[in-house]
Amino acid sequence: MKYVDSTQVQKKMGSRLMANNLAKTLFFLSTLFGLLVLVVLIYRVLKDGLPWIDIDFLMNRLSTDPERAGIWGAITGTLWLMVVVAPVTMLLGIGTAIYLEEYATKGRISSFIKTNISNLAGVPSVVFGILGLTVFARTLDLGSVVLAGGLTMALLVLPVVVVASQEAIRAVPQFLREASYGMGATKWQTIKNVVLPAALPGILTGVILALSRAIGETAPLVVIGIPALLIPIPDGIFDKFTILPVQIYYWTIDSALVAEYANLAAATIVILLLVLFVMNSIAILIRNKFQKRY
Amino acid sequence: MKGVFFVAKGVVHEHDQNLNVREIIQEKKKTKSFNNYTEKFIPKILFGIAAISVFTTIGIVLTLLTETIAFFKDVPFIDFFTGTKLKPLGENAVFGVLPLLTGTLISTAIAMLVAIPVGLMTAVFLSEYASEKTRRLLKPILEILAGIPTIVYGFFAFTFVTPLLRSFIPGLEPTNILSPGIVMGIMIIPMVASLSEDAMSSVPNSMREGALALGATKLEVTWKVVIPAAISGIIASFVLGISRAIGETMIVTIASGSSKNFTFDVTQSMQTMTAYIVEVTGGEAAAGTTLYYSLYAVAMTLFVFTLIMNMVAQYISRKFREEY
Repeated sequence: MKYVDSTQVQKKMGSRLMANNLAKTLFFLSTLFGLLVLVVLIYRVLKDGLPWIDIDFLMNRLSTDPERAGIWGAITGTLWLMVVVAPVTMLLGIGTAIYLEEYATKGRISSFIKTNISNLAGVPSVVFGILGLTVFARTLDLGSVVLAGGLTMALLVLPVVVVASQEAIRAVPQFLREASYGMGATKWQTIKNVVLPAALPGILTGVILALSRAIGETAPLVVIGIPALLIPIPDGIFDKFTILPVQIYYWTIDSALVAEYANLAAATIVILLLVLFVMNSIAILIRNKFQKRY
Repeated sequence: MKGVFFVAKGVVHEHDQNLNVREIIQEKKKTKSFNNYTEKFIPKILFGIAAISVFTTIGIVLTLLTETIAFFKDVPFIDFFTGTKLKPLGENAVFGVLPLLTGTLISTAIAMLVAIPVGLMTAVFLSEYASEKTRRLLKPILEILAGIPTIVYGFFAFTFVTPLLRSFIPGLEPTNILSPGIVMGIMIIPMVASLSEDAMSSVPNSMREGALALGATKLEVTWKVVIPAAISGIIASFVLGISRAIGETMIVTIASGSSKNFTFDVTQSMQTMTAYIVEVTGGEAAAGTTLYYSLYAVAMTLFVFTLIMNMVAQYISRKFREEY
């Protein structure tokens, strides 16, 4: 007795293969859908924005007149924001990662901190905005200045730095640490002189990705209270400020009133995407160039 | 590696100065007390730094909780969660959260209707059908899509997708929930795709080969072997996508307007919880007013929703993971 009826199989084979090929085409098309959206999006933004970009657009202050409006205030605001976010998030992120990977005993406290960080990563950014508004802007009475926005943003991107640094530190092989101990180095000396230099490329990649997230984030800063009004160019971390995404936001919602504002928003998006592209390229370059495989 | 040499160099250096061994030991003893000091305090400092992330969570919960309690002194709990009318400004302010909840849930549902099928099919293509070369070409594109700031998607929804949809849905309003919902779905595609693909890639090849050897086509292998084996990771990716859609702010704020309609008509303007928070804070609500407290009540609802979603995702991927 035959277990397989070959005529039956033959009859069904054609439709099964066809289903397979149809599905393959469908899967391929849906993968292309993402690519298509990306192309349309970039085409639209370039078409609307590119003609508006010139040196005046970059160097001018904000203005209600679309012809004279520029984003110099938003550019300096973004840079000042990074002056706060970068050191704070690096100190907190790398410190936490070192503690979790090198010092913490595998116990309740470290697993609690880890769960906490992964939950923090899932908190919507607008809720971080509320935290910043309540704690930094109002309770500490900083107002909606660079420092308040920067601290909020640093906490928001903290999980990115922690997770990337943890992975980088974990990838440093044990024999490097043992060699260092063997030569009489203490634990902290080993971390400082052996582990951190070896983990640096991975950590830097994480930091750059975190900063590029911070540069593109809008909601927390709108919540903290960046006004749509014309404000002076910020001179330090205690000044009021605006940043590129917030500028895009106000121009986009006002484009119902003045059509040219949509072009200004698109032009600002081009600049923002360019900045993010450069930062991500640097991150990828560091990852590919300096990351050692042991 | 460099670090090891660094330590070694220090020792060589001291020999250069013609110190004898005893002197080196004496020298070391002096620095030892300082070293002991740092060895003792560095872990404590690092623990303090690590604790800041916990304090952040506590800070979020405390600020939300205290102001939410103040809010519920003004507005009864039941009225807030069953009220279908939200009119925060003016004389007779009414605070019912249902318009915001429906706005949030409808936009999330639209987003997931886009993100789940497209994301899953993308994941299947990348994990099961694509050659190594195609995959290496397509994955960075998804990563770029994932890295685009949400404000850019908001601009895209408002200035491109809405006019496009209006050209064949005549009743569609200039601000509506449909367009930001779709764009939010597009934004979430890379997340669903890459998490699902990770889950599918970790299904061992021997299982695929077993099915193929029995005469299954690739589609049957995917549908009957790979997806069931990776289902926990796939569902976790959906849940994380939902959580992301609930918390998404700028796309809906820009493209869905600020009408607090209680409706299920997707062509209408609706407000989500996140957009309400942006509207109220942007209006600089004075501290102490019911309007100001309502901000925290809404934020608390949002926080609880996303927290539950994230915990469900973690639970699913931990509990139902099949280990091979």
